[in-house]
Amino acid sequence: MSNVAEQVKKIVVEHLGVEADKVTEAASFIDDLGADSLDTVELVMAFEEAFGVEIPDDAAETIQTVGDAVKFIESKAS
Amino acid sequence: MVSPLGCGAEVSWQRILEGQSGARQVENFETDDLQTKIACQIPRGDGSDGTYNPDDWMAPKEQRKVDEFIVYAIAAADQALTDANWKPETEEDQNRSGVLIGSGIGGFQGIADTAILLKEKGPRRVSPFFIPGRLINLASGYVSIQHKLKGPNHSVVTACSTGAHAIGDAARLVALGDADVMVAGGTESPICRLGISGFNACRALSTGFNDQPEKASRPYDKDRDGFVMGEGAGVVVIEDYEHAKARGAKIYAEIVGYGLSGDAYHITAPSSDGDGGYRCMEAALKRAGMTMEDVDYINAHGTSTPLGDEIELGAVSRLAGEHAKGLTMSSTKSSVGHLLGAAGAVEAIFSVLAIRDGIAPPTINLDNPSVETDIDLVPNKAKKMEINVALSNSFGFGGTNASLVFKKVEA
Repeated sequence: MSNVAEQVKKIVVEHLGVEADKVTEAASFIDDLGADSLDTVELVMAFEEAFGVEIPDDAAETIQTVGDAVKFIESKAS
Repeated sequence: MVSPLGCGAEVSWQRILEGQSGARQVENFETDDLQTKIACQIPRGDGSDGTYNPDDWMAPKEQRKVDEFIVYAIAAADQALTDANWKPETEEDQNRSGVLIGSGIGGFQGIADTAILLKEKGPRRVSPFFIPGRLINLASGYVSIQHKLKGPNHSVVTACSTGAHAIGDAARLVALGDADVMVAGGTESPICRLGISGFNACRALSTGFNDQPEKASRPYDKDRDGFVMGEGAGVVVIEDYEHAKARGAKIYAEIVGYGLSGDAYHITAPSSDGDGGYRCMEAALKRAGMTMEDVDYINAHGTSTPLGDEIELGAVSRLAGEHAKGLTMSSTKSSVGHLLGAAGAVEAIFSVLAIRDGIAPPTINLDNPSVETDIDLVPNKAKKMEINVALSNSFGFGGTNASLVFKKVEA
């Protein structure tokens, strides 16, 4: 697992209070991890803060799973 | 109940009867530059020995989203519903059960923190939970979601009268048939740098007892110099009498009177003739079909401010007339401090427990009364006595007053 993926996983576990082994690449924040729409807004904010990237609202809407988040952040960082 | 004397109504009540004080030096934030360095803070711990452990009432992940006044309300409501053994499961029972919990101020700490965050990091860092975690009626909202209470969902904001107004209004909703059961009360978490600075600026807080916090709240005493800020929540379950009887519920007392009035005088000072408080008590007694002669015990507003205590005492004396000699009145704020929006609710509970146990709680630190009165102010030691009727007063900034009258229910 990449460094970004590990950090994303840690943030998701912290914010959603879920078991770490449930936070797989394919896990959907809303369908699998019990988040609501406000939780996802907060998650995106936490990613922005942690990785120093800006995630515009239209991009944020496409981030549905843990893998989506990792992919987006890695594309910004590279 | 969550109070500065413990988590739970019974533990708080026992400690009040023992004459304990909940006031301490504030240690969880910087007080060097504050005039007041003391407060009545909830004893925190692992939940044993009457301590309050927020994790017992709300998951840590959820606590991050809200201000503490909401967690206190959740804890107090959970205790009250458990004690009342009311767990509505049918759609009909859920629809007939509502919530009316108020707060005087709401989420001071979260607003202060977020304002700083906004200035330092900009609007994109403001949490989506900032608004729902700060709004006063979200105490009612959270409690309704947790217990599936789908009846009236309401809230009150009347400063230090909030808790009393919430209970009185909820009782009216039950009496008018809008609900069979109402979960009602007040909650407050005002103890932070902004809260203390604000009330210091109003010259409302005690400043002369920073080295002896347990002596600071001293209603009616000549050395009193302001109130001591408290925090916590008081919540009761109010139920239609027939509904409660039919299901064999534990009944503590009947709410027989509720009165409201406005001073129309000053934003923070009570009118010097005590007219607002007088008319408020008069209205509550009229509603109860009683006069002051029927009242055994009064739980006073008595905040320990130089101005307010004597004005209230004067209003009670005038209303009582000759009966003043037979009247007992104390201020439990001497023990738990002033819980602002929660005060009226915790004091309503203390009034009801005074009826149940036949004992008037003491006004601690009352060593030298500042005025002479025929009314027994219960200095320093609880007093065993038959109490059939108790009246509880709450007066708030803005000149907003509420009185509640409780009566013993014969088993």
